[in-house]
Amino acid sequence: MTRLDLTRFPSAFSILRSRWPQFILRAVTLAGFIFTILAGLFGSVVGSNNFAIIFVWIAWWTALKLFFIPLGGRSWCSICPIPMPGEWLQNGGILMPRGKGFGLNKRWPKALRGSWFQAGGFLFIGLFGAFTLTSASVTGFVLLFIIVLAFVLSLVFERRSFCNYLCPIGGFSGLYAQAGPVEVRVKDAEVCASHAEKTCYNACPWGQYPLALKSSANCGLCMECLRVCPSDNIAVNLRPWGSDLGPKTKHRLDEAFLGLVMLASVLIDSVVFLGPWGQIKSAAYAIGSTSWFIFAGIFLFTTIIIVPGLYVGAVKLSILLGSVRATLRQSLATYSQVLVPLGLMAWIAFTISFAFAKFSYLLPVISDPLGWGWNLIGYSNSAWVGQSTAVSLLLQIVMLAIGLTWSSRVAIRVSSSLRQALPMVTFCGIFSFTMLWLLIG
Amino acid sequence: MFVLSGLLILIAPLPQASKTPQKRHIRIEASSFQFMPGQIHINPDDVVTVELVSLDVVHGLSLDEYDFELKADLGQTATATFVANKTGVFRFRCSVACGNLHPFMIGKLQVGTNQYLIRGFALLLLSIVMAIYSLRQKPLGQKRLST
Repeated sequence: MTRLDLTRFPSAFSILRSRWPQFILRAVTLAGFIFTILAGLFGSVVGSNNFAIIFVWIAWWTALKLFFIPLGGRSWCSICPIPMPGEWLQNGGILMPRGKGFGLNKRWPKALRGSWFQAGGFLFIGLFGAFTLTSASVTGFVLLFIIVLAFVLSLVFERRSFCNYLCPIGGFSGLYAQAGPVEVRVKDAEVCASHAEKTCYNACPWGQYPLALKSSANCGLCMECLRVCPSDNIAVNLRPWGSDLGPKTKHRLDEAFLGLVMLASVLIDSVVFLGPWGQIKSAAYAIGSTSWFIFAGIFLFTTIIIVPGLYVGAVKLSILLGSVRATLRQSLATYSQVLVPLGLMAWIAFTISFAFAKFSYLLPVISDPLGWGWNLIGYSNSAWVGQSTAVSLLLQIVMLAIGLTWSSRVAIRVSSSLRQALPMVTFCGIFSFTMLWLLIG
Repeated sequence: MFVLSGLLILIAPLPQASKTPQKRHIRIEASSFQFMPGQIHINPDDVVTVELVSLDVVHGLSLDEYDFELKADLGQTATATFVANKTGVFRFRCSVACGNLHPFMIGKLQVGTNQYLIRGFALLLLSIVMAIYSLRQKPLGQKRLST
């Protein structure tokens, strides 16, 4: 398949190789992150008047799904502020390569590896989502807790253990980065094989060895490997979307669970945040009440039993219909690739209706970020009621259709026959039709 | 061929069931954070009088794609009339900040047939056919689960 190596362009190469451009972007995001925490903790309690709510849950969350992941894979991770303070300590300096700084540098326990905790974190956020997404102070505390946790873990464990194994957004970005159009790979495998020092692996905060990279799921695009490679043998490729998906890539069971949690979450978020059922919204918000416990039970039953159950059923049928028997575990992992384009496009479709209707809140909170009556840029009172339009509805339909075509193609490609792929195609169809009904119906 | 079929599905005019327009009076009760009823179905060109009643705090009602908005103070009723001259499903939203879940206080008005849903179903079916058709000549030997 065709690739365009950005490092072939001298200007792009020098931008990627220098630590300064990335540092400037990360400094901006870190400043924004700290301001968001302060706004959440000390600003207006009215969510729609608070910078923390609007910028985290509308602007950033939308940008991640409509811009960063579809156009750059894990590009957000390369400028994410959360691991920065800990990483500076680990490195013993702000613009230093990975080296001998502070920290115990322990390895993350093997039994706790994979994306299980990331999926659990995403479930946890979803369970309390109606409250967290609408309460500025809770958002502030959650962000503060996350950055402190990442900092503490970086003092105990090596590299970006928090990002690799705990961060729910890292899990979300990593899963869907497999469909993204950017990858870091080696140019010439022979050069790496003959290089005994493996400086790229030693420098990588993600613990990846570029020669062994087959998937972009765990590469945070930090470019440290490119900076330390003595042979300039690292390529940053623009590639066709979905290059990591297909019969030649390896996948794990935890990826399947993460993908299923994402599918279930987008279904439930569509019901709670975009649906006309007020009682469900109130139940999701009233944490600790009887109605919330019922909501939580249905939420967990859907995410842990119903959606995974349908998936397991489809995979079992696929095994039965296949010409060669594979184990259930192997098939569950292999077919997890199907969930990537299906989930990504469903999240994009969800976000379109969310963003179109809610972007009206952006300018007013820039003008008055804390809700204290300021009018910095003259837009404090400019909030209007956003709305879905015919264009946004058509876009949502097209996104779901792309997701269904794409995931069906992946299902067919990893199956031994069309007959074997049919249960997975049916699974994708049921999910897409349900999303369509929730968003457009 | 598939792209053309997809475009056709998205933009081709669909017939609407013709029903005689009626005058309707719809009472909507708004409370944090729901409209009752939350889902309303009317016919095209109905003349609709909406009576918005607020049961707790100040609430508003703004209807997507219609220039129609109401605001009702606590315990008060606001009334206005519009002609349902656009077909489809339209969200109506609370237009007055009423609490934390205000941005998600949403109801649904369906005018006639939901043509977007029909188009969506058709496009999704076409998507499956397209996926199967595009890979129909793939050699079986390269596939993962058979190796």
